[in-house]
Amino acid sequence: MSSQIAADSVPGRQKRDLSSVRYFQSQRFQNRVATILIFLVLIAGTIFVMLPFFWMISTSLKRPGTEFAFPIEWIPNPPYWPNYPDAWTLLPFSTWFLNTVNITSVSIIGHVVSCAIVGFGFARIRFVGRDVLFVLVLATLMLPYPSIVAPLFLLFKNLGWIDTFLPLIVPTFFASNAFYIFLLRQFFRTIPMDLDDAARVDGCNTFGVFWHIALPLTRPAMGVIAVFSFMLHWNDFLGPLIFLSTTENFTLALGLRFFQGQYQVQWSLLMATSLVILMPTIVVFFVAQKYYIQGIVVTGIKG
Amino acid sequence: MLGKNRMFWRRNIEGYLFISPWIFGFVVFTAGALLGSFSISLTKWNVVGTPEIVGLANYQKMVEDRFFWQSIKVTLYYLLNVPLNVVLGLLLALLLNQKVKGLSVFRTIFFLPSVASGVAVSLLWMWIFNPRFGIINVLLKKIGIIGPLWLGSEAWAIPALIIMSIWGVGGGMLIYLGALQGIPTAFYEAATLDGAGAWKKLLHITVPMITPVLLLNLVMGVIVSFQVFTQAYVMTDGGPNYATLFYVMYLYQQAFVWFNMGYASALSWILFLIILVFTVIILKTSSSWVYYESD
Repeated sequence: MSSQIAADSVPGRQKRDLSSVRYFQSQRFQNRVATILIFLVLIAGTIFVMLPFFWMISTSLKRPGTEFAFPIEWIPNPPYWPNYPDAWTLLPFSTWFLNTVNITSVSIIGHVVSCAIVGFGFARIRFVGRDVLFVLVLATLMLPYPSIVAPLFLLFKNLGWIDTFLPLIVPTFFASNAFYIFLLRQFFRTIPMDLDDAARVDGCNTFGVFWHIALPLTRPAMGVIAVFSFMLHWNDFLGPLIFLSTTENFTLALGLRFFQGQYQVQWSLLMATSLVILMPTIVVFFVAQKYYIQGIVVTGIKG
Repeated sequence: MLGKNRMFWRRNIEGYLFISPWIFGFVVFTAGALLGSFSISLTKWNVVGTPEIVGLANYQKMVEDRFFWQSIKVTLYYLLNVPLNVVLGLLLALLLNQKVKGLSVFRTIFFLPSVASGVAVSLLWMWIFNPRFGIINVLLKKIGIIGPLWLGSEAWAIPALIIMSIWGVGGGMLIYLGALQGIPTAFYEAATLDGAGAWKKLLHITVPMITPVLLLNLVMGVIVSFQVFTQAYVMTDGGPNYATLFYVMYLYQQAFVWFNMGYASALSWILFLIILVFTVIILKTSSSWVYYESD
């Protein structure tokens, strides 16, 4: 960075004016300094953000038992790959993986379908009491999940649903996330009303408008909700902790916690497993980054 | 006239049909659960036996329960992360909004930690905060500082968790960035014509224009901070010496470790009320500092 500036500024200085004091006061110089400062801050931030990830990868490639060796070996040489298969097979992670995939995928479908229908209702149909009910939807954003988890536990216990996936899945089919309803409503409102009217003239009923007009036009929005819902359920801990009890029914998050209890100081194994569990969320983020960022930006603009 | 009437009914029936999944979910899983929780809070009940009605005794017990007050203290202390995250997130967004090169790369990097969460991240930070072999204290030692015990120290456990929360600052940053990019450039052009400098533009255009988003992040930050659980459960188990006994951690212990459903439900209601009061206070004061374009 600094060499670039030196190279740029020397001819400029000779041509324009010879007094270096003038140059240091010039707008151009000040802009340069500002740019460099901004970059320095951003790079410092990058180090703060990336160091934990680096530390995680580094530890996961150390032979178990050598995590506590001094001096710290930043890049393990040679990297010890067996940690990954070892950690995965020490405990039934494959079962937990399938359970998590199961719960997550069904929940995504539940959220996308139910929140789309409800969001459409709030965005496109003018019925009596709509605004009051929508305020109620937003009010539930404030309601902490831990506040209702005890009565929910009792409800599901009476239904005989404890230690099944139902308590985690069923509520998603009833638009259990107010934030998703809100986001989808915002997206549906951006479609011009003329399209609805035109479709009605062509003989579409309201469901037809929803199905043939609104849904195809808001496919990216559905993607946003699917990605959000994926992140939420993949990482969820409190729900599975309360509703699942036998190890065969555990999710990855719960299994990882169990693993921690069994292999407390085996940090290389713990980091290898943690990394594998985080991987899908990171991959989904990179693949669906456009959707994800769009969803959050909409929150910002319409918030 | 008749047609209009029929249209009216049809619209209403269709409207309610469309939102019926939410209505059912709200009645059963939200309102029902809240009311259920209130009636349970008036009882003494360990799930297996029959509930014994005790009136407001659970709420009275709370006043004298030193663990309840400890959990309030811990949670309020942790709330410090909210202003820190708001300021740092805004700062990052302002920097990234300066048309820097590599904007999208930096944006992705800073946002990445907010994607990662849950048990895996808690374990990662446990290892980072390891007093002897964790990366923080190893680096501190390099510059001659003997780092604290972090999660093992009563004084440093909450600061450690706040540092960990700052790692996720990119989530807020992204929201601010969206808001910043939504400010019409015409505002800045007009200000330049009027002779306003960079500082004045920031103070009189940028900040007022994004106050609605600041408000949103502030409110959401407070709500989320009151619900901290996973970190405390996985990393410290509420310790050392109850230094990280977060409110929800204590609620969980009462409900699912000791099965004091009555007392736990009372705690649930108080949590709900605390969050309600905080939100209302923030919203009430917001009219004096939040700027809405339509005003």
